[in-house]
Amino acid sequence: MEFSVNHPILFIIVAAIIAVVLAQSIYFLVRAVRRAKEIGISRETLKKTAVASVLFTIAPAVAILIGVITLSKSLGIALPWLRLSVIGSLSYETVAAGTTLTELGKSMGEMITDASDYITVAWVMTVGIIIGLILTPLLTKKVQSGMLKIGSRDKKWGEIFNNALFLGMISAFLGYVFSDVLLVVKGDFSGLIPVCVMLTAAVVMLLCGLLNKITRWRWITDYAVPISLLCGMAMAIPYTAWLG
Amino acid sequence: MKQKKNMTYLESVHRDGRVWGLILFGLILSFPILLSLIFGELPEWGALARGAIAVLPMYWAVGIVEIFTYVPMLGAGGAYLSFVTGNIANLKLPCALDAMERAGVKANSEEGEIISTISIAVSSIATTIIIILGVILIVPLTPILNSPVLKPAFDQILPALFGGLAVVFVSKNPKLSIAPIILMLVLFIFVPFLNAGTVGIMVPVGVLFTLGVARILYKKGIL
Repeated sequence: MEFSVNHPILFIIVAAIIAVVLAQSIYFLVRAVRRAKEIGISRETLKKTAVASVLFTIAPAVAILIGVITLSKSLGIALPWLRLSVIGSLSYETVAAGTTLTELGKSMGEMITDASDYITVAWVMTVGIIIGLILTPLLTKKVQSGMLKIGSRDKKWGEIFNNALFLGMISAFLGYVFSDVLLVVKGDFSGLIPVCVMLTAAVVMLLCGLLNKITRWRWITDYAVPISLLCGMAMAIPYTAWLG
Repeated sequence: MKQKKNMTYLESVHRDGRVWGLILFGLILSFPILLSLIFGELPEWGALARGAIAVLPMYWAVGIVEIFTYVPMLGAGGAYLSFVTGNIANLKLPCALDAMERAGVKANSEEGEIISTISIAVSSIATTIIIILGVILIVPLTPILNSPVLKPAFDQILPALFGGLAVVFVSKNPKLSIAPIILMLVLFIFVPFLNAGTVGIMVPVGVLFTLGVARILYKKGIL
């Protein structure tokens, strides 16, 4: 069969794999909703969880789509569609594809025309991310059981332990926001853009809390994080024009 | 895969998660194998080996650490889904954290497990559908999504995401937040190696440090 990065057969295989991934999500969703009803979680809470999760997802999902478009210049659409729908992240996939293309004497942005090159890139991208799929079934139960033990031995410490996990992650990302601020010394103010965006999102979040207290509009707090995310992203446009 | 009478919900989640994980492992690995069979070509072994050696040590190390870092936060159902659909730190985990916070449930309770699973499943389905629509409409969408006007907004998703989340979690745990935030600010500002590409490595560092600080503060009765 003659090869092309956008050969219909590639789309058929990728669509079949993505259909199974979608089926897994639907299966777990149905199971969780059934169990939620059994233990008395209200319909209202479930509905709000679902709606807010969709709102929360739109902007990051569009960013992932931009990743598909970026990688499609070398790899066509099917492979980036698979890699970014299943496990992958743009930063990893770009490095994995770019490194392999360099080894093949090609560069990112140059369309692959040879089946062997394409298969080589697909292998490196696949083996790089496969570790999570091997280890999740093996280790999740053990790690989870450990967590539950901590919680059952000392309930208060169990809660603090959980909060510490979340704060540890959030603090790392807050640190990252400031990673380029020292560029200011060299007269480059672009490092302040993420800081301004983060502060904008934080202020919007605080305003949502305040508005909820004044107006008693519960929906504001329900959707406060997606609202602050979108406001932060929107303000990134003027901040970049100003500081970039 | 019905839930046996003597099996708890959590146990059945683990059993089903493992079965789905194995199926997907096989399917994902089958993609490059199928390509060889269909097009009658083998990979360039030399380039494959060199490419794998260049990316594997780093990504496998990060992958192993991610399991221990993210599984306790995601819950069982959330973990089985997230480690298949990816984009954990920039989408699935923040989405689940926000959902659990809004519903007022603890992450280590059954309610937390369920809300986290629902949130991550809905987010995964929404992401998949958005990407499918994007792939179908890729020709008209490309100039819009690649437009220089919108680019800064998508470049700044992480700061916008964590700005809002930080307010929620820092305001709930002010005493515990101070030390890790100061440490991370100092490290990211003064260590040139730390940037957008390496933030993933710093998450477990931040988590371990915060756990240590939490233990000390808890023992001293401050928390």
